Amino acid sequence: MSAPRDDETLPDAVTTWPHLVRIELLATLAALSLLTAWSILVDAPLEEVADPNRTPDPSKAPWYFLGLQELLVYFDPWLAGVVLPTLIILGLMAIPYLDRNPLGNGYYTLRQRPFAIGVFLFGFVGLWIAPILIGVFCRGPGWNWYWPWEPWEIAKSPHLTNINLTDLLGIPAAIGGVLVAAWYSLGGVFWLWRRRTPALAQLGGGRYALTAFLLLTMAAVPLKMALRLLLNVKYVWVTPWFNV
Amino acid sequence: MSARPGFWRQVYDSVFRHKFGDTPRNRMLQITSNVFLHLHPATVRRHGLRLRYTWGMGGLSFLMFLVTVVTGVVLMFYYRPTAATAYIDMKNLQHEIPFGMFQRNMHRWGAHAMVILVWLHMLRVFLSGSYKPPREFNWGVGVVLLTLTMLLSFTGYLLPWDQLARWAITVGTNMAAATPFLGHQGPGAQLTGVTERTDVRALLLGGPQVGDAALLRFYVLHCVFLPLIASTFMIVHFWRVRKDGGISGPPATDSDAAAGRSGGQS
Ligand code: HEM
Repeated sequence: MSAPRDDETLPDAVTTWPHLVRIELLATLAALSLLTAWSILVDAPLEEVADPNRTPDPSKAPWYFLGLQELLVYFDPWLAGVVLPTLIILGLMAIPYLDRNPLGNGYYTLRQRPFAIGVFLFGFVGLWIAPILIGVFCRGPGWNWYWPWEPWEIAKSPHLTNINLTDLLGIPAAIGGVLVAAWYSLGGVFWLWRRRTPALAQLGGGRYALTAFLLLTMAAVPLKMALRLLLNVKYVWVTPWFNV
Repeated sequence: MSARPGFWRQVYDSVFRHKFGDTPRNRMLQITSNVFLHLHPATVRRHGLRLRYTWGMGGLSFLMFLVTVVTGVVLMFYYRPTAATAYIDMKNLQHEIPFGMFQRNMHRWGAHAMVILVWLHMLRVFLSGSYKPPREFNWGVGVVLLTLTMLLSFTGYLLPWDQLARWAITVGTNMAAATPFLGHQGPGAQLTGVTERTDVRALLLGGPQVGDAALLRFYVLHCVFLPLIASTFMIVHFWRVRKDGGISGPPATDSDAAAGRSGGQS
């Protein structure tokens, strides 16, 4: 790190007053006008008074949590509601310490960091925004799929009975644990195979292990969804204490 | 006799502490001698001004926070957080209080806008690689702010005490009951022996289900605790934006480029 340097000495420095303050003022006025217009035109919802004896169907969480509620279709609450959100928060915090690529710092570039941007957009759009849209627009009574134009009065048959993966394959339930372990050991296999490539060598073992764990967990979410949607798989791994 | 400044001149000088003329020196003083504007450095790189670069999202997230603080204080004048009064107060606010509905709308839509803007801000910071050294820590502060923003919205969701509110919070807090070891429906609950009266959900709700105690807890969290915590983290966030060298940008000088540094001070 060099000694602190004054911004003034930088080639493209301009005075904050008025250049930045002017933009801030205009942006503030524009945003407040929009918000005011919106608040005049659209009223915030207020339904009937809370009634502990009448459960609405469906009961939806606030829209920004509907991605997590959508996960409840595929995962037990301790995973969908506790473990995965915790991993999202910790995983986001870990990003700067795991992405060691020095390029693309302070400007937009896809070419210099295709992997990082690809993973982030997959998570942001595919695993966060898309399930929210599904939850808001496509979920009706019984959490069944209703297109926005389908009336909710028409009852939908509850989904098919699901089957555990180990039963489907006709193997003992405990093997489910082996399958989960095998999934995460893919990270180890990949390390043994590619550890001498510059990207992985630069990362080092510890950072690599954490990255692999987070990425494999992230990829496991759509994988389990696919197993459910295509093969009606309920759980991959059933134990007396918890199910995955 | 020494020259005596005119009355208004003295008032002006006492407020602004510098001369009016548009000189480079006064432009700097305009920023550095104002406690609010002093959040900014006196000069910035032209690069950081471009909306195409920052999308203005961090600043607008903060603006939405301010909107909810101001309108939220107004709402507090008319709202009592008990199951017997909360809903009536909302009806009263909407139908009897001048501009009550409008205040509520501003608060509600401002909060929703803040959630979306914070997500977009995170997206832009990621896409411009602005979390890379030396800004790793501020990215982490941002993630805390992201979490707090959503918790602020979530705790506010219960307060109207209508069906929407009650059941959304029921669905949300039921997750806490599934926490491994700490929730009575979670794996390992037998080991720790937590019940629906002693688990984390009960801690959150003040009991086994969403009732009067939950309303009071969410009210205090929403109106006092979370805003204080969020403000504290915002102060740290803004401070670090400056300490980390101002808004990130492409290498400003050849030596920066050679050292793989982003723009600004290091
Ligand atoms: C309440 C929420 C937040 C507020 C009010 C806020 C505000 C701001 C502001 C005003 C800036 C200056 C530059 C700009 O506007 O883009 C900034 C920069 C920054 N923010 Fe946030 N922010 C929030 C949440 C977040 C989140 C969720 C993240 C990331 C996870 C984040 C990470 C950063 C980083 C790394 C910078 C430095 C960017 C650069 O130098 O280019 N912030 N924030």
